[in-house]
Amino acid sequence: MSAPKKSVVVFDYGFGNVRSAERAVARAGASVRITRDLETALAADGLLVPGVGAFAACMAGLRAARGDWAVERRLAGGRPVLGICVGMQILFARGVEHGVESEGLAEWPGTVGPLEAEVVPHMGWNTVDAAEGSRLFAGLGAEERYYFVHSYAVHDFTLPPSGSAAVVPPKVSWSTHGRPFVAAVENGPLWATQFHPEKSGDAGAHLLTNWIETL
Amino acid sequence: MGVAVRVIPCLDVDAGRVVKGVNFQNLRDAGDPVEMAKVYDAEGADELTFLDITASSGNRETTYDVVRRTAEQVFIPLTVGGGVRTTEDVDRLLRAGADKVGVNTAAIARPELIREIAERFGRQVLVLSVDARRCPPGTATASGFEVTTHGGRRGTGIDAVEWAERAAGLGAGEILLNSMDADGTRDGYDTELTAAVRARVVIPVIASGGAGSLADFPPAVEAGADAVLAASVFHFGELRVGEVKSTLRKAGHAVR
Repeated sequence: MSAPKKSVVVFDYGFGNVRSAERAVARAGASVRITRDLETALAADGLLVPGVGAFAACMAGLRAARGDWAVERRLAGGRPVLGICVGMQILFARGVEHGVESEGLAEWPGTVGPLEAEVVPHMGWNTVDAAEGSRLFAGLGAEERYYFVHSYAVHDFTLPPSGSAAVVPPKVSWSTHGRPFVAAVENGPLWATQFHPEKSGDAGAHLLTNWIETL
Repeated sequence: MGVAVRVIPCLDVDAGRVVKGVNFQNLRDAGDPVEMAKVYDAEGADELTFLDITASSGNRETTYDVVRRTAEQVFIPLTVGGGVRTTEDVDRLLRAGADKVGVNTAAIARPELIREIAERFGRQVLVLSVDARRCPPGTATASGFEVTTHGGRRGTGIDAVEWAERAAGLGAGEILLNSMDADGTRDGYDTELTAAVRARVVIPVIASGGAGSLADFPPAVEAGADAVLAASVFHFGELRVGEVKSTLRKAGHAVR
């Protein structure tokens, strides 16, 4: 008998193409539910937080659904969470859109700001310079491309000095559009991608399988 | 490196069936958009566009069903356009599984629709289709191009380049720029039109209309297109997505 499938909840707080995420996670080998029920979100092996549109609107939506609480409860218990696109951006300390600053979940320091490139949004397939020892990109070559759609990004990821050698620093993977920006982060149970693995064809499926295998 | 030029096959869909003739081997049902989408996905298409030309609104349900079934099996971005008039239409298409929605005539009649869609769903979902042509004798716009409706048969007198710029300001995420002069000629993309719009917007521009041979694709990119769209040359099997990509690569453009 094969092992039971890992369970994943796609958190449904009104932002993001939850159906795409659902189908891609199912294809990658997990059992998946779309819900905003907090008990279910806490109980799943993995919680996927999608997100599209504006940073401030996503944060407000996540708070209204108490998704911020669910994310923090899971992380406190070392339970995996995967943020996608704006679902990644809101994990940072703040977002600045049209000069207006909004608070994020502040799991990581840093600011989500406008992309600085000739063509914005950054829309299409780009490569990622994966962090050394990345588990998310394991088995995926440097020539693989992933589907991005965004106008904002994190251009600087600097952790304050921890003073403790026991702290494992996050693995940060970068991509470039105009300037280098954060394409993915792996930080203990909290992983995130700026691109859309659910829309990134076979490479995206491989990457989601990598995540599901850690659950 | 950097972001790759996207190669986008476009399927005209009428009441749930592919309209233009298709001549693929080993396809169980060449008229089924879902089967076609799977073929293009397997060939390396970077995105797919469905243009719903269903005349009767009573048949729109078939479109949602096609979108739903495609999104279940194809894991690349899907844009659906044709007949989108309200934010509710957009909502239904997104819920069915579309990633982006094409808007055309309704935005010409009421440009505020662009802002409404962008505010509700984010600008990344909104592809503004512009059917442009060179101004016929006796008419003029500043750029020399005008917006048309009714498949290019009716001029509006609106400057196509100014319209693209205005739409970008209102919240369009990208411009699908269709040359009605080049469309169907197979003489190549209208690179002057592409360059004129590229110079005035920062959002991505998709060149459309006129692709006939492999040599037609690099000039469109060199004129400023971020993506190239074609329909009949792919459907009739005259050109394959992979060939277009290797042609672009040889010309020095990044492709997936």
